Amino acid sequence: MHTRGGTRIWPLAAALIALAAFPQVGGSFYIDLALTTVILSIFALSLELLVGRTGLVSFGHAAFFGIAAYATALLSPPASAASLAWLMPAVLLITALAAAAIGALCLRTRGVYFIMVTLAFAQMTYFVFHDTKFAGGSDGRYLYVKPVLAIGGVTLLDLGRPRTLYYAALGCLIVVYALLALLGRSRFGHALAGIRANEQRMRAVGFSTYPYKLAAFTLAGGLAGIAGFLLAVKDGFVTPEMLAWHQSGAVLLMLILGGIGTLRGAVLGAFVFVLMKEFFQSEALFGAFARHWQLPLGLAIIACVALMPNGVVALPTQLRRIRAPIPHAG
Amino acid sequence: MPADFLLEAAGVSRRFGGLVAVDGASLALVRGEVHALIGTNGAGKSTLVNVLSGEISATGGRVRLLGRDVTHWPQPRRARAGLGRSYQRTTIFAQATVFENCRLAAQAHFQHPLDLWRLATRCPDSTELAEQAIERAALTAQAHRSAGTLSHGQKRQLEIAICLATAPQVLLLDEPLAGMGPEETERMLLLLAALKPGHAILLVEHDMDAVFRIAERITVMVDGRIIASAEPDAIRGNAQVQAAYLGETLDADESASVA
Amino acid sequence: MDIAVFLVQCLNAVQYGLLLFLVASGLTLIFGILGVINLAHGSFYMIGAYLAYALAPWAATHLGAGFFGALGIGLVLSIVFGYVLEWAFVSYLYQREHLQQVLMTYGLILVFEELRSIIVGDDVHGVAPPAWLSGSVALGGVMSYPVYRLFMSGVCIAIALALYAVLTRTRVGMAIRAGATNREMVQSLGVDIRLLYRIVFAAGVALAVLAGMIAAPVSSVYPGMGNQVLIVSFVVVVIGGIGSIRGALLASLLVGFVDTFGKVFIPQIASILVYLLMAVILLWRPEGLFRTG
Repeated sequence: MHTRGGTRIWPLAAALIALAAFPQVGGSFYIDLALTTVILSIFALSLELLVGRTGLVSFGHAAFFGIAAYATALLSPPASAASLAWLMPAVLLITALAAAAIGALCLRTRGVYFIMVTLAFAQMTYFVFHDTKFAGGSDGRYLYVKPVLAIGGVTLLDLGRPRTLYYAALGCLIVVYALLALLGRSRFGHALAGIRANEQRMRAVGFSTYPYKLAAFTLAGGLAGIAGFLLAVKDGFVTPEMLAWHQSGAVLLMLILGGIGTLRGAVLGAFVFVLMKEFFQSEALFGAFARHWQLPLGLAIIACVALMPNGVVALPTQLRRIRAPIPHAG
Repeated sequence: MPADFLLEAAGVSRRFGGLVAVDGASLALVRGEVHALIGTNGAGKSTLVNVLSGEISATGGRVRLLGRDVTHWPQPRRARAGLGRSYQRTTIFAQATVFENCRLAAQAHFQHPLDLWRLATRCPDSTELAEQAIERAALTAQAHRSAGTLSHGQKRQLEIAICLATAPQVLLLDEPLAGMGPEETERMLLLLAALKPGHAILLVEHDMDAVFRIAERITVMVDGRIIASAEPDAIRGNAQVQAAYLGETLDADESASVA
Repeated sequence: MDIAVFLVQCLNAVQYGLLLFLVASGLTLIFGILGVINLAHGSFYMIGAYLAYALAPWAATHLGAGFFGALGIGLVLSIVFGYVLEWAFVSYLYQREHLQQVLMTYGLILVFEELRSIIVGDDVHGVAPPAWLSGSVALGGVMSYPVYRLFMSGVCIAIALALYAVLTRTRVGMAIRAGATNREMVQSLGVDIRLLYRIVFAAGVALAVLAGMIAAPVSSVYPGMGNQVLIVSFVVVVIGGIGSIRGALLASLLVGFVDTFGKVFIPQIASILVYLLMAVILLWRPEGLFRTG
């Protein structure tokens, strides 16, 4: 289990203020990028609960991201704005149910089998959306009018406006982060950490571990649904590629880049990933070769995992150890 | 009297395909007693303990805990009903403090997973039990150290403390003396002796000196079967047992038994 | 359906299953013995197919045999490649956690895909089987069946038998099986475990590459082929049990039948049938159908 040092508040606060102030100074391209990063941070945080806290390495988390996105697009009426008040809860409920169903099956396996099974089920949901007609097949589906929150005819939040959507997403990020932080200190969170450290031990002292793991899996799926919902609203468009296993790989990568086991690592990892991807895809830097951006990305992944297995968050400690090696005690 | 048996195995068998690891084993644990389980390597002791604790299922026979038939109960359920178990290979959470190791174990009896507001470490139920367990295991001074930094002997003590934190009535201890020097062994034996009054203890051990000092009853397993189960003196004089342990000295030090 | 169609589909199912077996056996060996989960395994299959396409013209002019020449060269290349890859990359994965292995081999997939894209491009290609293997043959007077598919099944069966013979009859095979369960003991017996791992990995790579090469004339050569076969191979390994060659064979055939007949009877959900099969088996027997002892 990790005994975490007290979270230093001021870097978090500073980051939050920077994020909040961003739309006031950035151009629309950068706001879009920042919004994507905020959404991916929520996605990464949801997986951190599963991988970092409970020790369940899922290679199929994109399934819930995509299911939520599709549910958003499918439930939204074609010509008018859906009400946020029912749309978002409905989407999250559907996603959580899917997570519970898939989790119930996957969690019957452990270790490497679990990784393979989550990958397989995510691929299955990909095919469900890709090969069938009900959701537009490989073409995907449009979300024509973005949802609003209105009370008594007065529009409080119109997610069709980029600034509003940005702040709504930021708000979601804060809520998810706080929820996970709270959960981490709670009895439930401690039990999950124990399961990660030694599941057999937990069973030996009296914890039925399956319900805990299923709860974590369902919650993680639901939280990923928030990210999927926001992305669908942002892009106005959903495709089966959101469920592709490359998406599942990307979010796992964000976790390891930032540092497994901390919430700020998940958020940091999302930022680093987006920046890396933008960097490698930049035609300004690489010209025509930029279309092969997956090559440097693949090499970067290998290098980062090999050299920085504890992520960016642990970098200061790693560097300190290189410069002043600590003699091994005892 | 059956009513006094806290844990009973009646004709327990366990096969793995063609291999019979445990064949018709019966034993009973009584409160206030240390019941030692000895045997050569591969005799089936670990398998029997695993069946008793619930980690693997029996392919035959019955297990009764505190009068209830728990043969089909999974391990967590048995643990909550009062069956504690320690492991031969230390299974402590190395990165948590000694206190947290015990508190988390105690939490198994006070699971309120929906209560997200309360800081886990401030829950009076689990923290109290944890403190008591740490005290009984004589680890109070180390309570806030990281478990990974403990000495080997202290880790084995912690292994027991984790068991105690669940307030069990039956303790299945798998080689708690493994890898210990003479001083640490003394300390552990004192600890076990102090635990006797409240618990029924099954002790799997290879250290014969210790076994003969502390056990009220000894059961001997060979090739999956129990060949003898009696008081230490009777076991010492048992020809079958001596044959099984060819070359091993059973007339151990007659140092005063630890009462 | 009439008997001829049924038999044809059965043969198709067997052929697909056997091909899957080639890929899955490599995967399960590498995982069972080296303890490494290798996501890039599908890439080897893709590399095999592209090798068949790229080498055939060269082999035709210089060796006089286009297809089999490419096969031979490809096999040698794959063994060398597997050997080098294990030494340079995979050996660093042994002590690492599953998550790290997964991500590093995932990075490898991206690298292979892009290298292929740079070297050979992204087009879809066909590979022609040798003339004497193309065309159909009449079977039992009831139907005709493509000769090449029979050849594929034949090759797979031969390899399965060879695998069985090597693993159970040779000293290398014994060492491999022992190394899976007790590394230290094998080392103390004087077997160089590093060399053993290298051989196993190279063999696994060769199996996947070979599968890709012989599949090329039937499935054609296209960019995404590696990923698809990888995930289905995972399903096979889950059903059959990690490390079990017999399990991989039976599970591959099972998947072959479910997939083939699924496409015939319920084409709309054909692609998800294999996963539904996995779900059913997980419900019934989570440890897989054929766990290794």
